[in-house]
Amino acid sequence: MEKRIGIEASIAIAEAVGLCDADVVAAYPITPQTHIVEHLSEMVADGHLDAAFVPVESEHSAMSVCCGTSAAGARTFTATSSQGLALMHEILYIASALRLPIVMSVANRAISGPINIWNDHSDVMVERDVGWVQIFCENGQEAVDLTIWAFRLAEDPRVSLPIMVNFDGFIVSHMVEPLFMPDREMVKAFLPPFKPLQRLDIDNPISMGPVGIPDIFTEAKQVQQHLLTQAYQPIVETLGEFAKVFKRQYKPVETYRGDDADVLLLTMGAIGETAMTAVDQRRAKGDKVGLVRLRLWRPFPFEDLFRALGRIPVLGVIDRCISFGGPVGPVACEVKGALYGRKDHPLVVEFVAGLGGRDVTVTDFDKMFDALFEAKRSGKVPAPVLVGLRE
Amino acid sequence: MMHEITFHGRGGQGAVTSAELLALAAIDEGKDARSFPSFGPERRGAPVRAFARVSDQPIRDRTAVRTPSVVLVLDPSLPGLVKVDDGLRADGLMIINSTKSIAELRKLFGFKSRLGVIDANKVAREVIGRVITNTTMLGALVAALPLVKPESIEKRLEERFGRLAAKNIAAFRRAQQECVVQDAV
Repeated sequence: MEKRIGIEASIAIAEAVGLCDADVVAAYPITPQTHIVEHLSEMVADGHLDAAFVPVESEHSAMSVCCGTSAAGARTFTATSSQGLALMHEILYIASALRLPIVMSVANRAISGPINIWNDHSDVMVERDVGWVQIFCENGQEAVDLTIWAFRLAEDPRVSLPIMVNFDGFIVSHMVEPLFMPDREMVKAFLPPFKPLQRLDIDNPISMGPVGIPDIFTEAKQVQQHLLTQAYQPIVETLGEFAKVFKRQYKPVETYRGDDADVLLLTMGAIGETAMTAVDQRRAKGDKVGLVRLRLWRPFPFEDLFRALGRIPVLGVIDRCISFGGPVGPVACEVKGALYGRKDHPLVVEFVAGLGGRDVTVTDFDKMFDALFEAKRSGKVPAPVLVGLRE
Repeated sequence: MMHEITFHGRGGQGAVTSAELLALAAIDEGKDARSFPSFGPERRGAPVRAFARVSDQPIRDRTAVRTPSVVLVLDPSLPGLVKVDDGLRADGLMIINSTKSIAELRKLFGFKSRLGVIDANKVAREVIGRVITNTTMLGALVAALPLVKPESIEKRLEERFGRLAAKNIAAFRRAQQECVVQDAV
């Protein structure tokens, strides 16, 4: 039986990792991920979790340890944020190329400078191409649920890839909120024991990660591309399995009051909750506005997005990150790329909001909806908007 | 309706803990609630804020509280130093830890709202033995406004404070008797 409890999301995530019986946790503390790792360290020290906790001297080492232990067949978890994720960068490619089903929490935070410890998506957006499955959560419940689900998906033999579970730093990680905490029996019913495709074993030696000469490198990359793209079906299936056991259904793309909308706004992560409040208020005034909430980032859910958009004439895309000197918003760029060449594609208005911990309020969403209606009226797309920018 | 509560304190006084205890008590009663610190580096002694939201309806807002319905001031030195009534709703309630009277506070700082006052330093010193006022201020809060049942807070105090729970519960109860509240002027 699940129990409804009040708990800080970080602590709940650590408890969820415990319910999944992780064998190894290797991590370096960094704000705002810290509480997850601290709590796991306590769980191991107090004997509540039978795992090896490996304190390391950097995130580069954390991810290196994770690669080693996962290759040896251990269920492996780590968590990081911001500069920590950046320091892992080169090893992230190794984890995916070796098909190591590591689960990593990322409490999303800005990248310095100026030095900033608060929430946006600058840390994860630069990791788009590392070959991991990447998913975004809106609240503590999702962060708990999708952490449990992540082990199942990563270890699915059709997938066998690492996965990042993203949730917003502070506004999710440090929030005390009510959620349903799964119990051990339910997790056991959902998550079978880890059976690696192959593992390092001194009695049956294999090599992992040898040199990929020009003759085979292209083919190796094609295999990765194929695997991550083909992970889509197992993702949908295992989310369905999750819903059967836990009665909570998650989809790669969700909508909110989008069916008869005149304009749609696309969000990722926790600001989707505030956006729903803004939508309700506009709807009460008779404005047909709706939301598209992009949960799955890699593999990119093209068909789900197209279905969610239908024949909408104007779409706003909110980015929590800037691609300097380029197309401004990485998510908007991705969405526009997906729409290229499609008949009757919507006008896409780009917004950048909530950088480095600035709140995105109902009033901010209101202004974004105003801009979308103006684009619909004029048929013109404005230059990308930095929401709330002070002159 | 959704109550939005801002706690003003100084780093180390337990403002974050009191916001959390209030939210947990509300969640235990089946309500929706959130609590969170004003995010950032922690500095002992510096003015800090913590926030809570309590509602019978689902809460879908993770932004800082800007228009509180309730303000709790845990430290007597903060009014005048920090604009503690910033954004306080016209029908809102503010409770201040102070040795001053309500009339004096109104005169000094121009507070117009419904106002409560309690000498929480004295209560905490005499009952707990340390000037940590967060649990005392929660007592004043539940006396002035039935946000949650006192027993829900006490259950959480027992769980959180272990062998110190009895003293904190005693301070929480005494504060309910000693808090003085006056309607808006």
